[in-house]
Amino acid sequence: MSNKKNWPLWEIFVRSKNGLEHRHFGSLHAADADMALENARDVYTRRNEGVSIWVVESKHITASNPENNGELFEPAQDKVYRHPTFYDLPDEVKHM
Amino acid sequence: MSEEQIKNLEKQFEERIARDEKIEPKDWMPEKYRKTHIRQMSQHAHSEIVGMLPEGNWITRAPSLRRKVALLAKVQDEAGHGLYLYSATETLGVSRDELYEQLHSGKAKYSSIFNYPTITWADMGAIGWLVDGAAIINQVPLCNTSYGPYARAMIRVCKEESFHQRQGYEIMMKLANGTPEQKEMAQDALNRWWWPSLMMLGPTDDVSVHTEQSMKWKLKRKSNDDLRQQFIDQTVPQADLIGLTIPDPDLKWNEERQSYDFGEIDWDEFWQVVKGHGPCNKERMKARVGAWERGEWVRDAAMAHAEKKQERKEKQAV
Repeated sequence: MSNKKNWPLWEIFVRSKNGLEHRHFGSLHAADADMALENARDVYTRRNEGVSIWVVESKHITASNPENNGELFEPAQDKVYRHPTFYDLPDEVKHM
Repeated sequence: MSEEQIKNLEKQFEERIARDEKIEPKDWMPEKYRKTHIRQMSQHAHSEIVGMLPEGNWITRAPSLRRKVALLAKVQDEAGHGLYLYSATETLGVSRDELYEQLHSGKAKYSSIFNYPTITWADMGAIGWLVDGAAIINQVPLCNTSYGPYARAMIRVCKEESFHQRQGYEIMMKLANGTPEQKEMAQDALNRWWWPSLMMLGPTDDVSVHTEQSMKWKLKRKSNDDLRQQFIDQTVPQADLIGLTIPDPDLKWNEERQSYDFGEIDWDEFWQVVKGHGPCNKERMKARVGAWERGEWVRDAAMAHAEKKQERKEKQAV
């Protein structure tokens, strides 16, 4: 039982309608990509939730580690000059 | 990590939850949080999966095509709900195989309500109306629970659950307005499912062990007794409306509390079923384990086929 090969895990991304991006919906197990697509249809789009599905085997996803969030994301925090509100303009200036 | 550091992390963790921040899979979490969530979420997933059995029993004998497609869709939803919840549980670092193993060995529990038999068609009505009704009351607060993947799964589940309850009530309504025999059948189903449905909302507050911690982690927002009262108050008028009688001689509107008073629940029966002595515990497990074992060759064949296809693709690429 233990040395048996189990169906790998796949991450499922669904585009709910054209014009919108694919969004992560969840995951499921399947033997291969084709089966993952078919299963995703049944598990995640039983009520017209999608017009397009992507499946990616979970092991191929590289994720950032929340423990490194400091060095990853803090550099953006003190850069207020990237936001429009940083710039003082008189109220009379319109359309800007 | 020193004990001091862990204490500190735990404190920050609790504060995040108190601020209504969500916890995501790779975030640091106390071991107890992880374990409690694996237990509750997998128990929830198991309930969805075992929950297919009592209703699956009637799919081939549904009285019309309309009823049959609805019941089939409902049972398929339960499978879907089980799958959402299993994959959400897996984000906590437990494998699907371990979870199945826990269910099949009897180590993990599932909702006791599914250990009652479905002996007439009216039971399909009673389950949708009462069992799904009680489940919705349990589940809606979980859409806002602290663990992100669980909350997201629950939002999806709750969206789909409301059709389940409505299709059940419609079955009951139709039978209650039918021939005297049909009405009797509906009443009989209500008589058998009423008390087990009340038990679904969990032991009374004075004996419920997990409540305080679960409240903090937003695995629970209201106490079992409050949820039960809510269920009774909303269900009694629904029974009245279709002319069925709640099988509780002590049930009485309390003007002062603006709620129904109700009779004593037989908690001995509840604990008997939890401990495995319900009418169908053995049958349910046998059906579940049997389906898993009989499907093994299919799973193996699919895996072998996938590997063969992959090899062929790789060879062609060379």
